[in-house]
Amino acid sequence: MSAQHLKTASGASRSLARSRPRYGEFAVKAVLLLAAMVSIATTVGIVAALLEPTIEFFGEVSFGEFFGSTTWGPLFNPPAFGVWPVIVATVEITLIAIVVAVPLGLAAAIYLSEYATPRIRKIFKPVLEVLAGVPTVVFGFFALTFVTPVLQDVFPFLELEAKNALSAGLLVGVMIIPIVASLSEDSMAAVPNGLREGSYALGASKMLTSVRVVVPAAFSGIVAAIILAISRAAGETMIVAIAGGFKSVFTLYPGDEMATMAAFIAQAGSGDASVGSTAYKTIFAVGSLLFIMTFAMNYVSARMVQKYREVYD
Amino acid sequence: MTDPRNLMPTTTGTAQIGLSVPNVTVRGPEVPRNIEALDPVFTVSGLSVFYGDYEAVRGVDMTIGNREITAMIGPSGCGKSTVLRCFNRMNDLIPGARAAGKILYHDEDLYGDHVDPIEVRRRIGMVFQKPNPFPKSIYDNIAYGPRVNGLKGKMDDIVEEALTKAALWDEVKDKIKQNALSLSGGQQQRLCIARAIAVKPDVILMDEPCSALDPIATTKIEDLMQELSRDYTIVIVTHNMQQAARVSDRTAFFTAEVDSAGVRHGRLVEFDETSRIFTNPSDKRTEDYITGRFG
Repeated sequence: MSAQHLKTASGASRSLARSRPRYGEFAVKAVLLLAAMVSIATTVGIVAALLEPTIEFFGEVSFGEFFGSTTWGPLFNPPAFGVWPVIVATVEITLIAIVVAVPLGLAAAIYLSEYATPRIRKIFKPVLEVLAGVPTVVFGFFALTFVTPVLQDVFPFLELEAKNALSAGLLVGVMIIPIVASLSEDSMAAVPNGLREGSYALGASKMLTSVRVVVPAAFSGIVAAIILAISRAAGETMIVAIAGGFKSVFTLYPGDEMATMAAFIAQAGSGDASVGSTAYKTIFAVGSLLFIMTFAMNYVSARMVQKYREVYD
Repeated sequence: MTDPRNLMPTTTGTAQIGLSVPNVTVRGPEVPRNIEALDPVFTVSGLSVFYGDYEAVRGVDMTIGNREITAMIGPSGCGKSTVLRCFNRMNDLIPGARAAGKILYHDEDLYGDHVDPIEVRRRIGMVFQKPNPFPKSIYDNIAYGPRVNGLKGKMDDIVEEALTKAALWDEVKDKIKQNALSLSGGQQQRLCIARAIAVKPDVILMDEPCSALDPIATTKIEDLMQELSRDYTIVIVTHNMQQAARVSDRTAFFTAEVDSAGVRHGRLVEFDETSRIFTNPSDKRTEDYITGRFG
């Protein structure tokens, strides 16, 4: 028995070549590759779908008018194609949202990562992530039917319109708090404990340790979180459509009603523009612009993460 | 039986890397013993440390002499790091950790109600096992402590002085604004020592400061410790017995013991002048450990 075994072991079958084909391995690899390709293919598809109508649009409306005028009203008669009002509204609402979300989100992240006991963290973090799952239409109606009336009562001198950029921006800010908080917390939690100990051992308080050691050490992750949040805010549609309105007057005052790029797309795309018309193609031109803006932001984010990342072993 | 004197560090082969002669002198038993430090910085009595309900260290009595180097040695899990971390109340940061018994720092109860742990840590600095420079410039690493403590004086001078004392200035003076993580491990550890010195502490605690370093970097740190012991009281935890023998004035030998209830506790077995611990220990367990029969 053992001699036979030995013989087999020392025989021809001892070759190191693969003894039998492993089809399963190939199939798994193919499925995984396919899954990875779906997101890439979707992105390519979006670009392709945006590109053609956008080129056609610029055949009908000049670059100069699109970027050189401040009158917007592709759905009006006569139409106007100066894109600045919707860009300004988008940037303004995004800024308001960031002003709300960055301090609150960072403070929540610092609390969760540095101050909360494991027990509290275990309850708090899932709750925070549930907030991220609230449908944005709910935030929109909350802004329209609660926040705006309250603001109108408390600050009558602001002369808020029924739909305004301020309420919309505030609620977009609330919407992105969980993104800032959760992702920042993840990157703070990844800061090695040795750095905290080093700081405490020098006589630093918990607050100083958090603000001057942990946050800088987690800086790349925090920046990534904020930029992702900005992208989400810039593209947010439901809240701004409901609470920000569709009026496209060139204004900087956040108490006014103003349509963002996403709000315009939602309005025009929901049947106000007939297929093939210039107004219809405007949707794609604005969509391309929004796509480029968020893409640029994500690219900058990726570069910054790379630049500021500290490698700990 | 092996003559314990054969374990003198000069025979350990580390001499080949140019080590200075260890300051261990062999004293005969007729020399009067000086177990307790005359000018104690810390006086520990009946110290027990708990993690939750678990008593990790039981009943430690020892003194740490002013401007002496005290080494704490012993096998893993014997509680030596736990005791060290009581001296600057670092254990406070571990949820559930609690110290019973008494530690006097000069004449003040280190665990008294009025004591602010942050103030304690400002006076009693610490260097850790793994070099842990902040991901900032070399300059900012040193300036961090003085800044958070609101220390007066010209920051450039404070930084230069600390780096000079830590024997690092010449190596880094041209790249002071570079990220500290670009330094080698040994340089990083000396940076951490410089960082501790910069807040002008009274005591420096070192928790296995060389265990992540190569022999040459280790030698540099050991030389530095000798240098620093003129101005500072140093307590070092080390796994390396030869290191304890080379650098320390007094040595505390800890071990883990299982009590009648079957629970393991860290215990201080013997505390004495280093020369006596390594040549003529009074406890059999110490002798077994330093002769390599155990641990």
